[in-house]
Amino acid sequence: MSAAMRIVNGKVYDPANNIDGEIKDICIKDGKIVDSVDDDAIVINAQGMVIMPGGVDIHCHIAGPKVNAARKLQPEDHRHDVHPGTPFTRSGTGGTVPSTFATGYRYATLGYTTAMEAAVTPIGARHTLEEFHDTPVIDKGFYVLLGENIFLQNLLREKRMEEFDQAVAWWVNATKAYTVKLVNPGGDEPWKGKKNSNVSDIDEKTDEGLSPREIIEAFIVSVNKQGFPHPPHIHCNNLGHSGNYKTTLETMKTAGDMRAHIAHIQFHSYGGELGKNPVSKAAEIVEYVDNHPNITCDVGQVMFGKSTIMTADAPLAYVLKGHTKGKWVNADTECESGCGIVPFQYQEHVYMHTLQWAIGLEIFLLSKDPWRVILSTDHPNGGSFMNYPKLIKLLMDKSFRHEEMKRVNQKALANCSLRDLEREFTLNEIAIITRAGPARALGLSNKGHLGNGADADITIYDEMEDKEMMFNAPRYVIKSGHAIIDNHEFKTDFIGKLLHISPEYDKKIEEVVQPFFESYYSIEFSNYAVDDSYLHDHEIIQTGNAKA
Amino acid sequence: MSENIKIVENATCTFCGCVCDDMILHVDMDEKRITKAKNACVLGRAWFAEHTIEDTPAAMIDGKAVSIEEAIEEAAQTLSNAKFPITYGLSDTTCEAQRQAVAISDMIKGNIDTTTSVCHGPSGLAFQGVGESTSTLGEVKNRADLVIYWGGNPAESHPRHFGRYAVTPKGMFTPGGKKDRTIVLVDVRKTKSSPVADILIRPKPGKDFEVLWALRALVKGKKLSPDIEARTGVPLETLQDLTERMKNCRFGVLFFGMGLTMTRGRHFNSGALLALATDLNEFTHFVAKPVRGHGNVTGADNVVSWQTGYPFGVNFSRGYPRFNPGEFTTVDTLSNADADAALIIASDPASNFPKKAIAHLKSIPAVVLDTKCTETSKDAHVAFRTSTYGINTSGTVYRMDDVPITLRPAFESPFPDDYTILTGIRKRVNELMLAKHYASGASGQAKVAAPI
Repeated sequence: MSAAMRIVNGKVYDPANNIDGEIKDICIKDGKIVDSVDDDAIVINAQGMVIMPGGVDIHCHIAGPKVNAARKLQPEDHRHDVHPGTPFTRSGTGGTVPSTFATGYRYATLGYTTAMEAAVTPIGARHTLEEFHDTPVIDKGFYVLLGENIFLQNLLREKRMEEFDQAVAWWVNATKAYTVKLVNPGGDEPWKGKKNSNVSDIDEKTDEGLSPREIIEAFIVSVNKQGFPHPPHIHCNNLGHSGNYKTTLETMKTAGDMRAHIAHIQFHSYGGELGKNPVSKAAEIVEYVDNHPNITCDVGQVMFGKSTIMTADAPLAYVLKGHTKGKWVNADTECESGCGIVPFQYQEHVYMHTLQWAIGLEIFLLSKDPWRVILSTDHPNGGSFMNYPKLIKLLMDKSFRHEEMKRVNQKALANCSLRDLEREFTLNEIAIITRAGPARALGLSNKGHLGNGADADITIYDEMEDKEMMFNAPRYVIKSGHAIIDNHEFKTDFIGKLLHISPEYDKKIEEVVQPFFESYYSIEFSNYAVDDSYLHDHEIIQTGNAKA
Repeated sequence: MSENIKIVENATCTFCGCVCDDMILHVDMDEKRITKAKNACVLGRAWFAEHTIEDTPAAMIDGKAVSIEEAIEEAAQTLSNAKFPITYGLSDTTCEAQRQAVAISDMIKGNIDTTTSVCHGPSGLAFQGVGESTSTLGEVKNRADLVIYWGGNPAESHPRHFGRYAVTPKGMFTPGGKKDRTIVLVDVRKTKSSPVADILIRPKPGKDFEVLWALRALVKGKKLSPDIEARTGVPLETLQDLTERMKNCRFGVLFFGMGLTMTRGRHFNSGALLALATDLNEFTHFVAKPVRGHGNVTGADNVVSWQTGYPFGVNFSRGYPRFNPGEFTTVDTLSNADADAALIIASDPASNFPKKAIAHLKSIPAVVLDTKCTETSKDAHVAFRTSTYGINTSGTVYRMDDVPITLRPAFESPFPDDYTILTGIRKRVNELMLAKHYASGASGQAKVAAPI
């Protein structure tokens, strides 16, 4: 049980409760935020400091089979960035794919207290949960890859939609996932089964007789009908290709007025002709998002320097391997997914990389509704999450932005509007894109705000002119009421909990799924579903139609 | 035989890296033994049959029976007072136990290494160098129309590999089973696996690298001199034929064993094979996979990687993980006489390591956890007799293709499992380390460091 606490004299940014920089006491008891605490509560004097809810990362890659493969792949990435232990915390290594312990602690050192792993194969769920158990401080959940699931696609083709809904719910339960993830819908079978080819159009019928659009629509309908707290999390087709913004717009249109989340939308906002250098279509993409409150997205900002491409979009990783000419991992998962991993480097002088960097910033700066345009780097694809403070400075400080723009490819800058954008984010807007917005998009009603009953996940920063420095070193980080970081030092350890959903389903669906398993999987059906022993601390977030 | 028979369905055999999870075990609950293991191969049947409960102390210090608590205390003291404690083994225990072992090594600023360093360690290094195109075994079953085994004898080492995953099973796009596949075996000698092959290629011993490199050249369209046969023992036409088959198949797979990784060339051999599989993706879909030995050696690689960033050969002496095979691998920490205490889990280095390493191991205090009396446990300072994973205890193991599976135990053992003993040692070590920390005048909340 955590001690009662009262945080006094700090400037509170709690956009979900319309509190914008007010000096206000925050009281904590039993891991929750409460109206008041007894006089003997521990007092934290936050004079000169900024108080925000703990950060929420809606899209990152931090645990599971592909992440661990990327860790194993890059000793060179760890060696220069070690993470020593303390008497209270475990040691580890960093780089763009840190070890599990380093991942948890490093999120905490940025003031983040929740993170969602964005792509896990169902068969890899058990592995992911084991890694989560070793990922300290933060609460975490994951999105399960179901878009390329052959069994579900078979149901879809046969228009057995009732069973499709049941099977989706079964799979989410069997894996302890938070929502459904789609990646390059329809692209898996051409990659694995047709000599490394791919789909290129949202309405292209695969040999199996399904188009990406049909897959996308089916999942959006099913998940909305079942009222998952977070809608399908969609990695659109044609990631990275010039002209792909049309696919992105079509994907969003497919949702109609149903909820959908578009992942790392920056990578999907390119104009121009296929095979030639792209131009920015940030404005078109932002306009659509602004006008459609059913859509949320995360940006997937590119930051210059080392990154690791890791994706279920195997054909994309292969294209990038063609550029880097370096080491490459491909990993096919039976009946479920593909995967590609490529160590990567975003460089200022490269047209494409600068344009990607600029488009990300454009999307942030052009958007009228920060609640639905969420901060991410698609860690570690666009760059490590450790870049967030610098990204925040780029958004908050236009003179810094203009300085940085001098160092990048000028031809690329000429093909976007970044030079003309004068907007500077406020602290309140930063609190929205890093906390309140992602929590709302995830349907996490106890996260991302400091109202009565919220989880006591709180970050206290020294208010500084240099926003990168400010967001890089919170003075206090409180997780579930425990002061994990106290005056800049780790003073205790904490495991955090798993966030998952448990939608209802008819058990009869297992009789439909099982025969498929016996024919085409290599493990037994009864050994497939993850049992509760893998949950450690966990919270089931309610599903239901009310949240539409 | 008693009437008290329990049936355990879908149990998992952890004898080899195939980790077959379709066992039907008949357990005599009175005699505490498995009387029948349906679906098991010859190795699996022996594995299940041999695991009976022996009447022996659960814990010993210098050969004398003690309580488990006393042994844990002594183990924790021994390990935390050492300057260069090493941890080794881990491939025949659960991931849950492996996680505790890494935690202990981290806390005592020791060294951790697994049996990977003496089997597919070179493949791990090759992976770091070139990456790997790979797949789960179910994809091989469903899709592979060209299956190549290189430097292995699965008929004897992994008897169900052919039938369950790669040669005969009927899959989604391989409805004819073996009829839909071409099987190629590359090995220096004829083995019991040879009859399964449609094409048998026998290079001269120690020439695997040259053969693989020649294939890479042919795949890339380069011309080869016919004297390749004189050098490698493989005719040019055979290599050209194989090249065409590889480029033109629909889904190809290269399985490789220790005949490749532990012969001349080692990680260069593994690297050449992985690079060949990668190159072939320019033409078709091609994957490669090391055929791993111990039941959970793949889990050990995964756990050590996610906790430290490196798969094996990891040292914590500076307070953070460092990786250096050749220095922090166990044969080396022992042969070089670096280690001054050892924690050996589910492994028997004293019976299979080089002489010099064994001599040093016998000269330092060792804490040994094993399900049997071994050469290593006989001379241990602290010896724990533990229960057997998959037979007496549950937990997670990773198949050779990184697929995690939960074990279904058959019957209870009077001995505690590795996880319980290691958790006990980890907690006590943590207390001892925190006491040192506070003794130095530091502050902080006394809380167990590892969130496990």
